[in-house]
Amino acid sequence: MPDVDWNALIVFTALFGLVAWMGFAASRWRSGDLNLLHEWGLGGRRFGTAMTWFLIGGDLFSAYTFIAVPALAFGAGAVAFFAVPFTLVGFVFMFVVCPRIWHVCHKHNYITAGDFVRGRFGNRWLALAVAATGIVATMPYLALQLVGLQVIVGALGISGSGLAADLPLVIAFLIMAAFTYSSGLRAPASIAIVKDILIYITGFAIMIAVPIKLGGFAKIFAAVPPSKLLLAVPGPAGTGAYSAYSTLILGSALAIIVYPHCMTGVLSASSGRAVRRNAALLPAYALLLGLLVLSGFFAIAAGVAGLPEFAQGFKTFGNNFAVPALILHSFPSWFVGIAFAAIGIGALVPAAIMSIAAANLYTRNIHRAFFNKNPTDREEARMAKRISLIVKFGALGFVILLPTPYMVDLQLLGGVWIIQTLPAVVMGAYTRWFNGWALLVGWAAGIAAGTAMAVEGKLTPTYPLQFAGYVFPGYTALYSVILNVVLAIGLTAALNALSARRASFDETVPSDYYA
Amino acid sequence: MTETRKQRRRWSWWYLLLLVPLIAVLWPPFYNRAEPAWIGMPFFYWYQLLWVVAGAALTAIVYRATEK
Repeated sequence: MPDVDWNALIVFTALFGLVAWMGFAASRWRSGDLNLLHEWGLGGRRFGTAMTWFLIGGDLFSAYTFIAVPALAFGAGAVAFFAVPFTLVGFVFMFVVCPRIWHVCHKHNYITAGDFVRGRFGNRWLALAVAATGIVATMPYLALQLVGLQVIVGALGISGSGLAADLPLVIAFLIMAAFTYSSGLRAPASIAIVKDILIYITGFAIMIAVPIKLGGFAKIFAAVPPSKLLLAVPGPAGTGAYSAYSTLILGSALAIIVYPHCMTGVLSASSGRAVRRNAALLPAYALLLGLLVLSGFFAIAAGVAGLPEFAQGFKTFGNNFAVPALILHSFPSWFVGIAFAAIGIGALVPAAIMSIAAANLYTRNIHRAFFNKNPTDREEARMAKRISLIVKFGALGFVILLPTPYMVDLQLLGGVWIIQTLPAVVMGAYTRWFNGWALLVGWAAGIAAGTAMAVEGKLTPTYPLQFAGYVFPGYTALYSVILNVVLAIGLTAALNALSARRASFDETVPSDYYA
Repeated sequence: MTETRKQRRRWSWWYLLLLVPLIAVLWPPFYNRAEPAWIGMPFFYWYQLLWVVAGAALTAIVYRATEK
């Protein structure tokens, strides 16, 4: 580990202090009664187009994304670029689907996807499945944000053994937990502005300064081994890397719109129009992400893995150290402080939103649905605040106690699980035809099959589906959700045929779904 | 019944335009090659980056066309 870089550390700490102050001050920003759940947990649904842009951008493009995706390019090459079309496709889906969900949730004061499913299908067990999946899938995602922060703290040269090594992480975390508790969603929303400005500065600095230093893109790409530069062309016996790549794009894009932190960002918008506008404006982040993915190749070309001063970092953090090493190698230390603060603060924004989203789910669809059916508004908000603390400390415990690869595996499974809520939430936004129990069976089958496929595939994202002698490698989440949808359709048709009286409960009406 | 009628009223052919970027990026044989390179960047990379920009532009067009 390099020695502590004081200039970088001072800049980093100053920026961190600024956002901590902003986080606490945010409680008075566009103030509302924070004893109401929609005020604490959705910022009062008051964010216009610009704020929603910062919030969702800060939420979806997290610290871990900015470290792990370039790390994948650094290690595995071209396949990492799927993150770029994935976000594009995700925003197209968001443009079409999310305004409908926003409208119906606004109309009925639904705060979570579980609330919507319960109102639409009148089935609290289906809502429980949606909520529990959301919470379980969010936890490892939240933990990975802290892993991103851990890499940055390590790269700043702060090291120690045992508990002391985790101390900076714990301090940053306590601050985040405190301002989320007191300010709710307003805290990450206000911090997201600073984070996004810093991350754009960092991204463009890397994009401009590093290629000049390395002698241009042609030289950089020439340094990348040819096998990593493009996808492997599939052989005659299957679809190989091609189907893996496109199913990763499609499956991830479908999963992202039902992730609770994305849903929370969407629901906090002030209008359906703000959501639609954002779907057209958010690709700016996808462009930035695309440029940052290339920084994995810059790290190859700069040869950072072979430099003795980074040997310890790569040993501790693996390929995740590639981007921090590139930044340390390429910039003066004051700018290293800015860049690392961008990534570090980039961990706090999604972590805060994820903990709020999970707290909303627990409070509404588990506690209120099963334990205390008539809480006062104040009790409900207090419950959510406490749960947000429990969720965060749970994630912190994960990070300190478990090795990183476990969390990467759990996050992978989380994607497979969360996509199983898609039929109830997204198809439910279009039609009430489905039977709630059929959706629940589809969900259970999707979770079971997806988990089995992922385990059999040794926890890699793709599963080699074999059919008629051909092999179709594809994203496990997509394959398993297809099974889920087929079952939900088949069972609904069967149940409708058996009983003449169709399930009629639906507290929403068609006009609730648009302006 | 009323639901389908109302949904149909909300449907606009402009939405089909959004299929274009999806097809463009979901079929890797279109772009899995190095040439033609642009400022030294293989085709694979700049093609997908370009579609991010084009996809955003198409979304903006559909937004304008469907907003009342």
